[in-house]
Amino acid sequence: MKFLSEYRTPELVEQYLDEIKKTVTRPWTIMEVCGGQTHSLVKNGLLNLLPKEVQMVHGPGCPVCVTPLNLIDKAVYLAEEKGVILCSFGDMIRVPGSKRSLLESKARGADVRILYSPLEAVKLAQQNPDREVVFFAVGFETTAPANALSVLFAQKLGLKNYSILASHVLVPPAIEAVMDDKTARIQAFLAAGHVCAIMGIGQYYDLVEKYDIPIVVTGFEPVDLLQGILMTVKQLEAGQANLENQYSRIVKPEGNLEAIKVIEQVFEVTDREWRGLGTIPMSGWEVKDELSDFDANKKFSVNIAKASECADCIAGLVLKGIKKPFECSQFGKNCTPEKPLGAPMVSSEGACAAYFHYANVEIL
Amino acid sequence: MTQNSIMNLSCPMPTLDFDVITLGHGSGGVLTNRLLESGVFNLLKNPLLDTHHDGAVFELSGKLAFSTDSYVISPIFFPGGNIGELAVNGTVNDLAMCGAIPKYLSLSFIIEEGLPMTEFWEILVSIKNAAEKAGVQIVTGDTKVVEKGKGDKIFINTSGIGQVHPNAQISSKNIKIGDKIIVSGHIATHGIAIMSVREGLDFETHIVSDTTNLNHTVKALLDSFGAEIHLFRDPTRGGVATVLNEIARDCGLGINILQKQIPVLDEVFGACELLGLDPLYVANEGVFMTIVSAEIADDFVKKLTEFENGKDAAIIGEVVSEHPKQVILTSKIGGKRVVNMLVGEQLPRIC
Repeated sequence: MKFLSEYRTPELVEQYLDEIKKTVTRPWTIMEVCGGQTHSLVKNGLLNLLPKEVQMVHGPGCPVCVTPLNLIDKAVYLAEEKGVILCSFGDMIRVPGSKRSLLESKARGADVRILYSPLEAVKLAQQNPDREVVFFAVGFETTAPANALSVLFAQKLGLKNYSILASHVLVPPAIEAVMDDKTARIQAFLAAGHVCAIMGIGQYYDLVEKYDIPIVVTGFEPVDLLQGILMTVKQLEAGQANLENQYSRIVKPEGNLEAIKVIEQVFEVTDREWRGLGTIPMSGWEVKDELSDFDANKKFSVNIAKASECADCIAGLVLKGIKKPFECSQFGKNCTPEKPLGAPMVSSEGACAAYFHYANVEIL
Repeated sequence: MTQNSIMNLSCPMPTLDFDVITLGHGSGGVLTNRLLESGVFNLLKNPLLDTHHDGAVFELSGKLAFSTDSYVISPIFFPGGNIGELAVNGTVNDLAMCGAIPKYLSLSFIIEEGLPMTEFWEILVSIKNAAEKAGVQIVTGDTKVVEKGKGDKIFINTSGIGQVHPNAQISSKNIKIGDKIIVSGHIATHGIAIMSVREGLDFETHIVSDTTNLNHTVKALLDSFGAEIHLFRDPTRGGVATVLNEIARDCGLGINILQKQIPVLDEVFGACELLGLDPLYVANEGVFMTIVSAEIADDFVKKLTEFENGKDAAIIGEVVSEHPKQVILTSKIGGKRVVNMLVGEQLPRIC
């Protein structure tokens, strides 16, 4: 398949692995920020092909994993008590809230629909003028343009029954949170290629400087990841800390200006609670005040008591790369994808689920 | 639905009093009788059904296989087929996987009131055609109608009886180290065809379901290779990955598969990438998996490729003594990973 198979060529993979092995002289700890990268590393069996000096730790870039418990409870409440048509991306509906997940709500009769695009939800609002339609708009910068566009479409169509329950999170503040935690000991980052495709790479220069760490904007295919790792290792070995762009076929330095414009029309920066990490200042987007008719957070007054996370779940430590999923006493025992204690075991992007599905201790 | 219009011409719909199925059609009274007489009995005609008795009475000798399945697919019409032929092929194939030659089927409908009569007729016609193609007779059945909102257009149950092939020795107990694992064709095609027309997920594609009967192919393979075939399985829901895990668990041995050997159509692979799905977990129809002795594996594949529904067959892996009860995949780039059973439903990812 064009633009995919080229980046999965065994010969190229071997070349990059060889070069990484030749370059590396001592142990390095590198965090891949995005859950999609984690997934690709594990699914393609790359972790057991890398030399043991290169230690990959898995970052917080899984939108499903970091969506706060309270917001899931809110979505469940809207679906069950307010009778809305609650639309969501697929993997969000399995994440456990404090009482139950949206999937369980659906089984109890709530109108929960899995959609592939928020624009489909706008269509649903048009088709059901007497029902409220709420789109559960989670995600990093990547999904924000489409979510923002849905609000602008709904506004243009004059719809009064469409709103989004937004929980957008931003990558750069998450990198800061990881770096500010002294136990994390990350020496370099692979930044999330798709996020940078939207936002550009400008924001990352400050991080490189502030923390004196190499950051390489990296794609998701095996060859992308290995090339990104090689670029990082070369910098580390040479004692450098630069921003580089491995994913230049997709990522322009300035990002996607049209998409940024749409985002700025709809969202503004806010403090955001991250599940497992706590509140990070200026780390999320919320719907602007002037569009509050389309903000489910404001449209429906919902007071949900703040529930506490499962005490045995170490999701926060996993999301910061301090612990590997295997190091959790509950992993694969009391916590499995069928009965997850925390979100990283649910999402296909979550580190715990990736390890559960694809890896075992003997192989790694 | 257009692809079946030619069949409609060859089996014109009888004139019925209603445009849609009503509760009365399931009441057992006049309407039910009229629907059965002019519709079902007329179309699926055979001596056993013609007795109009409460059940079918027949003789069958030797070792028998018996299987049942319910079909609740949505949408009921999909690219490449409809729920009717799926209901026949599904049970026919389940019997074939037991090493049996399917003979008789039962056919039960649970219809939601309001189903257009034309759609019911189209489903009946494809049931008739699928049964003819598979060489089975529908000998008993039932029709119930439920109120609007209590069903989803139409549910079908079929049960079937078949005679086990005299050469067949199908059992996971017969699987041994070194046995080869074969798939009969491209995987994940049916699941992606259905997903392409699901509400909220629809995308443009030419992918059509490969639903078909596998019994004639399976019989020919049993004629030639008999006891060297240790297992047949059709990887419907849960996909190839789930079936491989079940096999590994049942025989207590390990399974190794090679990603580069697994046949997947380019369009299907592309759709899986787009939706964030793994083809190994996507549902199949018209595809079977088999485990055979290593000695005959190449000849087996050669024979299988002579059939339309086996022309893309490939050896995808083997049974090993290492990592008992676990399935390990070697990725295209040479990395290894575990392949686990499907948990819940496969859901498209966020980004």
